[in-house]
Amino acid sequence: MSEEVLQQASPGLIPGSGTARAAKATRLSPSFISWLQAGPMMLVFLAFFLIPLVFVVIVSFWDYNEYQLLPHFSGRGYTDTFEGCLAQLPDLCTIGKTYLKTLKLCFMVWAITLFIGFWVAYFLAFHVRSKTWQMGLSLLCTIPFWTSNVIRMIAWIPLLGRNGLVNSGLVKTGLINHPVEWLLFSEFSVVLALVHLFTFFMVVPIFNSMVRIDKSLIEAAYDAGATGFQTLVNVIIPLAKPGIVIGSIFVITIVMGDFITIGVMGGQQIAAAGKIIETRVNALQFPAAAANAVILLAITFLIITMMSRIVDIKKEL
Amino acid sequence: MKEGRPRSFYVLAIFFAAYVLFLYGPMIAIYVLSFQGPQGGLTFPMNGVSTFWIAKLFQGTGIVDLGAAFRRSLLLGVIVMIVTVVLSVAAGMAFRRKFKAQSLLFYSAIASLIVPSIITSLGISLEFRIIDDLIKAHWNESFETSMGLLTSGLGAHLTWTLPFGLLIMFAIFNRFDPRLEEAARDLGATPWQTFRHVVLPIILPSVIGIGLFGFTLSWDELARSSQAIGAVNTLPLDLQGLTTTVTNPDIYALGTVISAVSFTVITLALGTIHVLNKRQAAKGSDAGKGLV
Repeated sequence: MSEEVLQQASPGLIPGSGTARAAKATRLSPSFISWLQAGPMMLVFLAFFLIPLVFVVIVSFWDYNEYQLLPHFSGRGYTDTFEGCLAQLPDLCTIGKTYLKTLKLCFMVWAITLFIGFWVAYFLAFHVRSKTWQMGLSLLCTIPFWTSNVIRMIAWIPLLGRNGLVNSGLVKTGLINHPVEWLLFSEFSVVLALVHLFTFFMVVPIFNSMVRIDKSLIEAAYDAGATGFQTLVNVIIPLAKPGIVIGSIFVITIVMGDFITIGVMGGQQIAAAGKIIETRVNALQFPAAAANAVILLAITFLIITMMSRIVDIKKEL
Repeated sequence: MKEGRPRSFYVLAIFFAAYVLFLYGPMIAIYVLSFQGPQGGLTFPMNGVSTFWIAKLFQGTGIVDLGAAFRRSLLLGVIVMIVTVVLSVAAGMAFRRKFKAQSLLFYSAIASLIVPSIITSLGISLEFRIIDDLIKAHWNESFETSMGLLTSGLGAHLTWTLPFGLLIMFAIFNRFDPRLEEAARDLGATPWQTFRHVVLPIILPSVIGIGLFGFTLSWDELARSSQAIGAVNTLPLDLQGLTTTVTNPDIYALGTVISAVSFTVITLALGTIHVLNKRQAAKGSDAGKGLV
């Protein structure tokens, strides 16, 4: 204590205190340094994520005509979106059907990626014993992720097209007489491409939580007489659950918002939540696009909340 | 003394192999098809082997000016990479002690990662449209737009790369030994010297990993670019445009070229990381080597 107090009381009393004080003056407070370090990233998120989100909500309540935004309050973005929905009850209107289709695609992709992701992660975490092999095989799964999604989508065209490898193979072996049409530009090809693109997002988090599982717990389960299946259900799945939930959130949010894969692989024929937004933007109907974005955001948020609930409730039990 | 493999091992090994085949099969197909002969079509069988379609790309005789798009994507990717590295390392350092707005920044990053890209992209485009309208109304009537590759486009890409950068920094500092900094401080190093000569060399391999993420994520980014980039296109956008009109294998050639750039960058980065790790192992510590 003493030196500092002395110095403050009578500067110049202690030899060399002038330089000491200069050093002190230039030293920044820790909280200021934190701001300096974290501030730039915060600014980027503020300018390009948080404020834009606020604008989406605000603009969704603006009016519009064929040419421009009209910045005064209007519910037209929403009423245009749900146009005719009440009249058509009990049948679903177009927007209702579109969201139902999006949810259906989302559920199928989620179920398939979860199945594949779980077993791939399981194999890597529990069956591959050497660390080097584990690294190598994980890298092998990672590499395709580093190239453009569009390329990985169009990669299916030479395989699935009318004259593609699959069709010509099936015709040659005599299984079918004519090439089948539903392989490409269909729901099938959309789901296939989405699974191909995004299983990776399931594998990584599940693998991460699986490698953290203490192997002695599994041995203990076996020693206590559990079968392989019982160990899987009662030990491994509960412990891998955080990874499963994180992977599921990734896949679900990506598929709910997707419009590129659905566009390219669906031959621009399949309507989905993300496609509506894109179509509205292309027609310069920004408030309607924003209204759809708000709806999509709400649904995605609801699914995520529900998923994190499921885990927390189970954890507490 | 190895125990025998259970039967499930073989079942899952086959499953894994099938998954890898599923991952790579289609991609290899287009890499092969991009070497079709001049008469070749979009599907197998190959009609001769040549580099005709790849050469055609670089002649710029295609539907769009791919050379310009290539340079734009490269420029944007490099800038995104540099900004991502600098901001992620800085923010990663900040997270090592408590500060206000810590959880706000963390949740912004996570939300930015999981809010569907089309919404982020739409929001940025609305933001810039409103800024444009304000400029037109108050300052300059003939003003065109503030949207562009290095304004709205750069911002859109950063909302995608920064969360990855931050998460990697968390992983790095989780296994960083703070006693090394303490030692540096005890020897009289200033905070900057500590960072420059102690922290940075240790985390450098992972920092290169962040740069790798930054570049390749930007290089392949499509959904966020789609609404937010302004009048110009990046390479993935041109590629997506081609998918609806294409009848020639030049789209595969383009795919092959884009992948080749990605793989070159990955190989360079992994190579550098490897060399740095080797150096660290060789020169990092002289513990146990005696006194002289």
